[in-house]
Amino acid sequence: MDANANMHLTLNVWRQKNNSTEGGFETYEVSDVSPDMSFLEMLDVLNERLVHEGKEPIAFDHDCREGICGSCSMYINGRPHGPLKGVATCQLHMRTFKSGDTIAIEPWRAVAFPVLKDLVTDRSAFDRIIASGGFVSVNTGNARDANSLPVAKENADDAFMAASCIGCGACVAACKNSSAMLFVSAKISQLALLPQGQAERKIRAEKMVAQMDAEGFGACSNTGACSAECPKEISLDTIARTNREYLGAKLTSSVV
Amino acid sequence: MATSPLLDAKIPAGPLEEKWNRYRSSVPLVNPANKRRLEIIVVGTGLAGASAAATLAELGYKVKAFCFQDSPRRAHSIAAQGGINAAKNYQNDGDSVYRLFYDTVKGGDYRSRESNVYRLAEVSGSIIDQCVAQGVPFAREYGGLLSNRSFGGVQVQRTFYAAGQTGQQLLLGAYSALERQVGIGAVKMYSRHEMLDIVMIDGKCRGIIARNMVTGELERHAGHAVLICSGGYGNVFYLSTNAMGSNATAAWKAHKRGAFFGNPCFTQIHPTCIPVSGEHQSKLTLMSESLRNDGRIWVPKKQNDNRNPNAIPEDERDYYLERRYPAFGNLVPRDIASRAAKERCDAGYGVGPSKMAVYLDYTSAIERYGRAEANKNNLFNATPEQIIQMGKAVVKEKYGNLFDMYKQITGEDPYEVPMRIYPAVHYTMGGIWVDYNLMTTVPGLYALGEANFSDHGANRLGASALMQGLADGYFVIPYTIGAYLANEIRSGDISTNHEAFVRTEQEVKERIEKLLSINGKTSPEQFHRRLGKIMWDKCGMARNAEGLKEAIQEIRALRKEFWSDLRVVGTANELNPELDRAGRVADFIELGELMCLDALNRNESCGGHFREEFQTEDGEALRDDENYMYVAAWQYLGESQWELHKEDLVYENIKIAQRSYK
Repeated sequence: MDANANMHLTLNVWRQKNNSTEGGFETYEVSDVSPDMSFLEMLDVLNERLVHEGKEPIAFDHDCREGICGSCSMYINGRPHGPLKGVATCQLHMRTFKSGDTIAIEPWRAVAFPVLKDLVTDRSAFDRIIASGGFVSVNTGNARDANSLPVAKENADDAFMAASCIGCGACVAACKNSSAMLFVSAKISQLALLPQGQAERKIRAEKMVAQMDAEGFGACSNTGACSAECPKEISLDTIARTNREYLGAKLTSSVV
Repeated sequence: MATSPLLDAKIPAGPLEEKWNRYRSSVPLVNPANKRRLEIIVVGTGLAGASAAATLAELGYKVKAFCFQDSPRRAHSIAAQGGINAAKNYQNDGDSVYRLFYDTVKGGDYRSRESNVYRLAEVSGSIIDQCVAQGVPFAREYGGLLSNRSFGGVQVQRTFYAAGQTGQQLLLGAYSALERQVGIGAVKMYSRHEMLDIVMIDGKCRGIIARNMVTGELERHAGHAVLICSGGYGNVFYLSTNAMGSNATAAWKAHKRGAFFGNPCFTQIHPTCIPVSGEHQSKLTLMSESLRNDGRIWVPKKQNDNRNPNAIPEDERDYYLERRYPAFGNLVPRDIASRAAKERCDAGYGVGPSKMAVYLDYTSAIERYGRAEANKNNLFNATPEQIIQMGKAVVKEKYGNLFDMYKQITGEDPYEVPMRIYPAVHYTMGGIWVDYNLMTTVPGLYALGEANFSDHGANRLGASALMQGLADGYFVIPYTIGAYLANEIRSGDISTNHEAFVRTEQEVKERIEKLLSINGKTSPEQFHRRLGKIMWDKCGMARNAEGLKEAIQEIRALRKEFWSDLRVVGTANELNPELDRAGRVADFIELGELMCLDALNRNESCGGHFREEFQTEDGEALRDDENYMYVAAWQYLGESQWELHKEDLVYENIKIAQRSYK
């Protein structure tokens, strides 16, 4: 064990067998936590112990542990991905906490993200929103030479910033209305900023917003919690842009 | 030597530059009405899988795609950082298809197949065009054109990138193309599903058995072709830069049903990763190779020098890569940079608490960029502080997310103190053997991307994994699959009530029950950790015959223990990550044995495979072209039993040489 592994923590963790069973908090004490551990490694240590005791480990989504795949998804003391700005749970390290702390851990709470087990939720609604229009309709093999389409650097940079969304759902989790507006706006903005996205600009905004509503996400009331809690710090400007895109589309189109 | 009759690579005849074009124009076609009746199963939705599934669906085939993650967008291609190569020659620096081909074959230490690599270089430009058309926001210059940078083993700038998140942007491009097909019903997507076996009927692959990871239900899926796009097997080492869920199970099941495994011992150890900080470590994090464009790697000239790195004067630092390899300097290929770091640390010059690390230093880059900015802004009297401030801003724009990640993980600010890095397992060049069509030795079963063995030889160059995954999926398989499917138009629907489906499902079920019924004391995690230690110690950056023989015995003992002392809590009929893990570890254990066997068989050093017995006087890899210029393709015969088949590598367009970056 690490020489500096000396933190002791109390965890209140949401446990829920499956979608049709009621869940509740359980309390666990963990010792020998090193400040160099990531938050998920701390849960690994607890899970190893639970397995040794013959108990079911805590289920949570995780994969890359580099803050880019967007799998990890939990409230830590009521905040999506925990206390640090611009950091996903997997990149949160225990040096952020103090020995003796009590930490509450919960799954995303949103109608559109039903709990599957413990901290694991079903976020497939996001896939369906992308499938409704979050793309440029270009079949493989139809592209012209990449440099024949110059894009102003500012636009390319802004599009990239919007495109860095990892689809984790923290924006929904942070929103009192469980709105997916930041997620949707990130994609609409990316493609609206680029010349490639122009042809389908209106219909994309309409379809994605319609699908967001159909999935049961709430309305956006512009409080900005989504952007504040976003691990990739997607800007609230994307929402402003999407409102313009959507309004413009609705005024001139009768498609959706 | 002669190529085994079981390994027909089906390389088209004709001159290298014309092979692909000619073949593409002559490969049998399937008419649109027939495509609608042919089903293709794609396992894995990373760059290779997502691009293949989307493109095949665009062509009119019925496609089913599977991934174990909760969304296809989370496949581990998402984490690739630095970039994607393409022979566009946008920088006018002398790049060409031939040069990309040459660099790749040389970088792979002359252990890859010429025809496949040439095709890869040929289609590389189309990949960039396609991605840009999809709206992938690559980095651009002020004039609006695409920006490039350099990667290891290369003297041109041909790498396209999107900050340090190129994999993410490319995957989201492929994912959006895939979701577009899902939206119109051309692809049926199965997330949180794991492929647990392939189904063989009359010698052909006819489908898969998959487990719904939420309900635990086993499902039968029939297809006229199955594409394994499930990535590499680096997690056999327990600690690697791979995602926690990355696994070899799909590839291994295919292997056990008859697909030969090519060059399993060829693994890539990436030189620039954040060092291990303690026993709790669950994975390692890469610091992109792009950092070697501007960063300088060094250790103190004095052994066990514990001074703060900023306090060590310039003339007491050993920039060992620049010293040993003046022509390529810090941009030597990964295998060479990794071994050089290990050599310094083993010799007692390592830094940091573990002494198993070297410095990656940005001080001079910050100053250089700062001066350039000052000139650009006509600030001819800029103070040193101003220069450093401006330099940091430039570095932040180029590498900001990587620097942030480093700080997050280590608690140290890399803008102020040099990063500490050490090599870690990153990629596997080995994989399922495929022919020119990307078909395995099992008819109807294909392997794409990192899951196959074909393009990178014994060492992959940086920014070539993304290129290969997308080449296979967007531009190769859509054509080559016709060669097989054109003969399948009369097969009709395949019934999942066929006896082979029933039997295979039963076998999968029994194995799951076995895993759950051992009721021992040791968790899958503990077995995985122990396997990783054996592999890293004895089949890692340096290997020798004695160690490999020991490793094989230790792995066999570990396997025995696994099947008698495993403990899996929970049941088969629910979301059970412990059960998923147990099945994957069982497969890793078997694969680990084959890797050691392959490493033991290959009595030479080449690329990432470094056998200590075979090195030059100055410690470079010593190849044996006379006896080992072949692909080792292993046929599974039964528990711990394999037969070796050889595919001779013939180089007609490249002069074989001792690889030198000096």
